[in-house]
Amino acid sequence: MPDEVRPSPDALLRAAEREGRGTLKIFLGAAPGVGKTYEMLLEGAEKLEAGSDVVIGVVETHGRKETEALVAPLPVIDRKKITYKGQLLTEMDLDAVLDRHPEIVLVDELAHTNAPGSRHPKRWQDIEELLVAGIDVMTTVNIQHVESLNDVVGSFTHVRVRETVPDKVFENAEIELIDLPPEDLIKRLADGKIYVPEQARHALDHFFSKGNLLALRELVLRHAAQYVDARIQEHQSVMGKDGGYTGGQRILVAVSESAGGEQVVRAAKRLADALKAPITALYVETPAAAGFSDAERTQLARNLSLAASLGATLQSIPATSVREAMVVQCKEVRATQVVMGKSRGIRRRWFRRRDRMVQDILDRTSGVAIHLIPFDEQARPSNWRRFIPSGSWAGDAVGIASVAALTSAAALAQDWIGRGPIDMLYLVPVIATASFYGFRAGLVAAIAAGLAYNFFFLPPYYTFIIYSPVNVITAILLVIVAVITGQLAARARAAAALAMRSARENAGLARFATRLGAASTTEETAQLIRDELRSLLAVQTIVLHPAGDGIEITAFGQTKPKLTAVDRAAAEWVMDHGEAAGTGTDTLTASEWQFRPLKTSLGTLAILGFRGPPGRAPIPSERAALAESLIDQAALAHERLKLETDMREMEVVRQRDSLRAALLASLSHDLRTPLTAVTAAAEAISATGDEAELVETVRSEARRLNRFLSDLLDLTRIEEGAVTPDLAPIDLTDVIVSAVNDLAKSLAGRSVLTTIDPTLPLVRADAVLFNHALLNLVDNAAKYSPETEPIEIVARMGRRGPVIDVLDGGPGIPPGSEQRIFDRFARGETSDRTGGSGLGLAIVKGFVEAMGFTVEAARRQQGGSRFTIRIPHDAIVHVSMEDIG
Amino acid sequence: MSAPILIVDDEMPIRRLLRVALERSGYATIEADCAAAAISTLKGTLPQLVLLDLGLPDRDGLELISTFREKSVPIIVLTAREASSEKVAALDLGADDYVTKPFDSEELLARIRSCLRRADERTGRVRKLSVGPLRIDLDGHTVLKDDTEIKLTPKEFTLLSALASHPGKVLTHTHLLREVWGAAHIDHVEYLRVSIRALRKKIEEDPASPQLIQNEPGVGYRFRDGGPLSSGA
Repeated sequence: MPDEVRPSPDALLRAAEREGRGTLKIFLGAAPGVGKTYEMLLEGAEKLEAGSDVVIGVVETHGRKETEALVAPLPVIDRKKITYKGQLLTEMDLDAVLDRHPEIVLVDELAHTNAPGSRHPKRWQDIEELLVAGIDVMTTVNIQHVESLNDVVGSFTHVRVRETVPDKVFENAEIELIDLPPEDLIKRLADGKIYVPEQARHALDHFFSKGNLLALRELVLRHAAQYVDARIQEHQSVMGKDGGYTGGQRILVAVSESAGGEQVVRAAKRLADALKAPITALYVETPAAAGFSDAERTQLARNLSLAASLGATLQSIPATSVREAMVVQCKEVRATQVVMGKSRGIRRRWFRRRDRMVQDILDRTSGVAIHLIPFDEQARPSNWRRFIPSGSWAGDAVGIASVAALTSAAALAQDWIGRGPIDMLYLVPVIATASFYGFRAGLVAAIAAGLAYNFFFLPPYYTFIIYSPVNVITAILLVIVAVITGQLAARARAAAALAMRSARENAGLARFATRLGAASTTEETAQLIRDELRSLLAVQTIVLHPAGDGIEITAFGQTKPKLTAVDRAAAEWVMDHGEAAGTGTDTLTASEWQFRPLKTSLGTLAILGFRGPPGRAPIPSERAALAESLIDQAALAHERLKLETDMREMEVVRQRDSLRAALLASLSHDLRTPLTAVTAAAEAISATGDEAELVETVRSEARRLNRFLSDLLDLTRIEEGAVTPDLAPIDLTDVIVSAVNDLAKSLAGRSVLTTIDPTLPLVRADAVLFNHALLNLVDNAAKYSPETEPIEIVARMGRRGPVIDVLDGGPGIPPGSEQRIFDRFARGETSDRTGGSGLGLAIVKGFVEAMGFTVEAARRQQGGSRFTIRIPHDAIVHVSMEDIG
Repeated sequence: MSAPILIVDDEMPIRRLLRVALERSGYATIEADCAAAAISTLKGTLPQLVLLDLGLPDRDGLELISTFREKSVPIIVLTAREASSEKVAALDLGADDYVTKPFDSEELLARIRSCLRRADERTGRVRKLSVGPLRIDLDGHTVLKDDTEIKLTPKEFTLLSALASHPGKVLTHTHLLREVWGAAHIDHVEYLRVSIRALRKKIEEDPASPQLIQNEPGVGYRFRDGGPLSSGA
């Protein structure tokens, strides 16, 4: 038996996530003017004509006549006006579109940057929100705005666009390529058919050279082909076919604090896409990191977050040697491809060091390919502080003080021990200072020692002049030895400090995991998470949980921090969208807090809030990776708790249900006999006058009890899974007519219109179950509509198979309860009057689904409800007339 | 005085109810609360009909059917609504009809009358009948609707005569398939469905609301038992 290839859970999860989400269609072009907006409008107009609810969120026509003619029939959502620095700007009114909730919205220019003060900085984020709300979106974009291709396009067009769209936006989108041969495009430009802002005229003339356009066109074609490829692969992995994330390729990209890092990360992403391989982004934190300028820290954080946004796993490793750490991590993640930057220009020394790293990786690992991405190092603003090793003034002072102390001691002891060993003695304060206070303090001590030795102990005394060449050498040697030993001691100290930190972090993580495993309530878990994150990340931390309509702080430090309206908005956004918001993110950056979701397979269960010192990122770059793993742990703990709670609740429900089923079964049996007698007896009584009315009451109530009893029995069977349909070919006419006949008594005086398509095929179904289901639907329609309104039953051929509609002219189903109405004991608002058991529709659903059909409820446009039983095409029975004879 | 109707049911209230209803309509009754008691009644006067509840304490009611059948006593079975396989089994074993619990007395009495009428006509088979605008002569192979002859295919005619020769009696799918297509085709319910539809199209006033050939979900078909056609139920 061949091994069955099981669908990948992740792919299924993604597919499931996409259900209920709107679909995104992107009209992708090589350059402005190829006709993307035109095509989008054309398709929008077609959809509108076909009956879809299509609106324009934002479209730029640039005054072109053909385009304007296309816009005319489509409803437009008015743009929002924003005044910024005295200028009136207009942007798509996101909330208006969400309120209007159309089926499809057209949003031009995916890469657009919103006016400051908008909800999201970028339009693609607006679109994301629309998709999450279940609205289909059509949009347009040019290839140079795709983030991972930004550098490539810039390299040959020499036009660098600032507005980029992350690759993930394209991942689940349908891409339609709008292609136009370069010659035609150039002609359109010459004819003035392409809108170009005046200030960009010159740049664009260059941009529209034939060579550029050819290259761009090729890029677009390749890119589109790649996404098609990726989608096929995902489809295959959903279907359980081996899509082949084959080759076992794994990419490791080295992320540094340099500006070229972004290019390196994007190159790694392109490679990953081509190889369908996962990426690990590695940042090696050396002691030098302590001396980074603010600009460098910012750049590093940007590089890391770019890597994360392109789908890389972040790793931050403290180590003294980048080279060593790279080799170790290559083995650790079993990388097959390593991507590193290589700067051209000024930093020659570093350049050579990287060559040695390449050699090292090649020597010490096997089968690793190395990609060096050259980039132009932007000349750093000269910063004299760079050349001063980092350290503290206190260390320097201790260095000088200890040299002074030794000098005094040596001065007192020199008569007794002689001057010979004094030079050696000076090494003591130098090494001691270097060990405790680092390299700079050691260096200060070494210089001080050299000077003091010379001044006090080398003739001529009390001057810095040295006569004897031997003594000159001694003094210089003293300084050199002091510097070298100081440096060694400092390095040992740095290594020890790093090892300690990394050990502390690992121990912290392990302790965190153990404690979380022991926590058994949400409150306990929340407080634990707050305390541990506070101590490990050293920033103010809070935990928030959803409560009622909003969110609530469930764990905090000494005092409960007050959240501003912006903070709350950011936190709620995180809860709704499952993505980070607040300072240092893409969304609602005005909040002082950074909120991170605890995302699990069960959704976002809680949020963490971090607040750093004013003006600083809440989570420093060197702790980003640690923070990620802590957040993951916290999310896992929440997931575990939630699953445990759900399991307990399910167990309770299960026990209650089985008890109830047993009770129902016995009740139904014991009720049936007396009811049968009552019903039959009531029918047999003949009474006149006042008594006739009383007898009629007994009859109708007995009938009602009977219906309720059979409903209870039916539901008990459904819930026990005891419904085993006996499928045989049936004629839908028989089903409908039997149901109407069975209800003849309770439908007395009602007009029932049946319309049955005489050409309907036979279907395979259980005649009895179908009869009961339809009976309940018709009965339901009778109960929930006025007696004057007719009940309609229509059997017709639908697109995917036969369909039976039961229509009534009642108040209709309350909006939003189209699903809920099939739940047990769900009743319409007027149920008290109509006296239904509340089980009828649950039985309909149970029986219909047992036969493999579906049933749905909807409001009719002209009022009333529509219940539809859909029979799939494969239930149709084909009969050859020749066989029948 | 004609022979009594035998009521076989283990529930006293049901027996009492049936007795009262039947006696009011002029039938004599005897009662049995188990299978053994039912069989012992056969030693004396044969009942003219048996109302048989299938859920008896000592034996399965189905086992009694052949016993009564041998003595040519018509049988109406009392069953639960959802037990369509039980109904089919009872009919196939020779029961004449069934009534679903809870029933109303009017319906039960109508079934009893129809059943006794069929038993009275010793041949057991109706050869000529007139229902509403329809006149059927099974021996002459003619079907007239409003005095116009209706053309039926040979299979359609066989099917119609199988149904119409037992007006008011439920005929199971298996029974009809065997009669019309032969024993080899008793599983081909679709033949029956298609032919019934074709037949209804020719003989019914409104094929979407058939009055002559009535469907019994999951069991079979019943040809309307004489009398004027009602337009409602």
